[in-house]
Amino acid sequence: MTDATSAADPAGKIPVTVLTGYLGAGKTTLLNRILSEPHGQKYAVIVNEFGEIGIDNDLVVDVDEEVFEMNNGCICCTVRGDLVRIIDGLMRRKGKFDAIIVETTGLADPAPVAQTFFMDENVGAKTRLDAVVTVADAKWLKDRLKDAPEAKNQIAFADVIVLNKTDLVTPAELEEVEARIRGINPYAKLHRTTRAQVDIKDVLGRNAFDLDRILEIEPAFLEADDHDHDHHDHDHGPGHHHHGGLKHYHDEDMQSISVSSDKPLSPDKFFPWIQELVQTEGKDILRCKGILSFKDDDERFVFQGVHMILDGDHQRKWKDGEERISRAVFIGRHLPEEKIRKGFESCVA
Amino acid sequence: MTDLNTPLPSLADRARIVSEAEGSTIVGVHFLRQTPVFVLGEEALLFAPAEKRTRVVAHDGGILVSAADQSRIVTGGDDGKLVATDRDGKTEIIATDERKRWIDQVALGPDGAVAWSTGKIARVRTAKGEIREHQAASTVGGLAFFPKGFRVAVAHYNGVTLWFPNAAGAKPEMLEWKGSHLGVTLSPDGRFLVTMMQEPTLHGWRLVDAKHMRMSGYSARVRSLSWSHDGGLLATSGSEQLILWPFDGKDGPMGKQPTMYAQSPARCTRVACHPKQPVCAAGFADGTVLMVRLEDGALIMAREADGQPVSALAWDQGGQVLAFGTEQGDARVLTL
Repeated sequence: MTDATSAADPAGKIPVTVLTGYLGAGKTTLLNRILSEPHGQKYAVIVNEFGEIGIDNDLVVDVDEEVFEMNNGCICCTVRGDLVRIIDGLMRRKGKFDAIIVETTGLADPAPVAQTFFMDENVGAKTRLDAVVTVADAKWLKDRLKDAPEAKNQIAFADVIVLNKTDLVTPAELEEVEARIRGINPYAKLHRTTRAQVDIKDVLGRNAFDLDRILEIEPAFLEADDHDHDHHDHDHGPGHHHHGGLKHYHDEDMQSISVSSDKPLSPDKFFPWIQELVQTEGKDILRCKGILSFKDDDERFVFQGVHMILDGDHQRKWKDGEERISRAVFIGRHLPEEKIRKGFESCVA
Repeated sequence: MTDLNTPLPSLADRARIVSEAEGSTIVGVHFLRQTPVFVLGEEALLFAPAEKRTRVVAHDGGILVSAADQSRIVTGGDDGKLVATDRDGKTEIIATDERKRWIDQVALGPDGAVAWSTGKIARVRTAKGEIREHQAASTVGGLAFFPKGFRVAVAHYNGVTLWFPNAAGAKPEMLEWKGSHLGVTLSPDGRFLVTMMQEPTLHGWRLVDAKHMRMSGYSARVRSLSWSHDGGLLATSGSEQLILWPFDGKDGPMGKQPTMYAQSPARCTRVACHPKQPVCAAGFADGTVLMVRLEDGALIMAREADGQPVSALAWDQGGQVLAFGTEQGDARVLTL
């Protein structure tokens, strides 16, 4: 049973889970598992590799992925035209399903999918992006990270990583591939599986793009900083031994940067800075998010971004005794670390 | 400019309620002679003459698009079927996609020709029943027949292809404009072509010289267009008022400002111009339907705000009856 329900969504928006992963990693296995569980939920499924392996579901839509540029002068503002169309059409049958799952091709970039939810008003009004779930092959991911930029994008972009086929590797190999994943994206929830056997509530109903949930669902986020790669947010399988934390790999071109300050920030400095940062570096920033404490402001401000698109709002009052620390993380390619650190520091009020 | 703070003359009470929020979204409404027919989001058409209501099942699933002429309504569904329903409620399957792919677009042409699209493939069934096919470079976003000559405008990513279905082998003309074009219309005189874009803008071409026209300033994507009875104005949704672009001059709206009527707290979602008079009906996201006199912007209320976005709006051929439906399934008919 799972509590991954859409009925609980306060705005009545249908949650959409994006399932990515390189060819052969086990996306379809996971999808069929989700669909066959006795969870009482009905899903509309949008697939791109129809016919390869059968999908047992009433509502399956087969689409050609079409990535379109938006005419807004922003070169990385791409959306998935097929999703705009399909989601509009699916809304005719609202009530026939509780959630939507989008399975992308192995070569797909998750960014246009995510951006569609921010850029298309109709899609954003009727549905909400729940999470990007990436299925990775424990045996082959290491090689794919070397030769397939798409695979690296999918890891970097993920909210949830299902590290599959762990039975095909040795504990040492598993540890290494996990360290490589963490070198790219230390913030995603990571689950080790065989045959994509993951608890469905770990994959669906994540609210990973909900500003209100940025912290609640990511305890690792608060603890994370550059010197702490010893993550306790996932299950360690039998035979896993810690020796002073996971081995730390720096990926050559994809990194994450975390910045923080215990001094309140100035909104008049922060907003121009972050806007300028994503305007100039947005092409390389896959995702960013943060929780901010502004001077003379009793409410926490939260933000998130995908490439050049930013979304932010006041979230709630700081609690009594809660440390008012501003934190932000950036995941991307060749990130200008010094520029980001100095820039963030210069936002102190 | 008229605003809605002053009470408007209202005919809303006179509207006949056909279906009250029964759950199925109303995705279109058409008239088959005098009979208003509502297209439901799932499975069926709702024939709504004054005497009795009849539900006609046309699809096994969602209904995605509809178009109508005097004698029939043609619908495309997510069951991969293109279905014509006549005045008596008799259905005929015009086409079935072998892979059950969605019928995304449909348009009706002169002498009974039908155009439809499935993904990138546009097809036409001529009056003689012959099938023609055109493969677009990307998914077809809109289809429209030219008012004269057997020609179809096929909107897609980065422009519109002008296709002569009967000229096999001839390379179709292409009007280019970067971006995703989701809907296309031709002015009744055939001089202008206008598309609705993914961005909140319209793009237009003067066909004689392919000169570009850009119509922007909307707060949302434009999803509904209607030509005024004389073809001089193009009424559009997508803003918190009814926006009308002038097309009567030789340059169309180039260098001109649109007329804006019916300032509203909610966004305009549907427009339908009266077939004979300078009047346009406008439906809004809060459920309001207004009749707008195009000479001076005078307003008459046809449906009061109740929070149900208006999703279907049409006049009968004589302009005596206005029918409207909402996303929540409320369907009404107002006889003037």
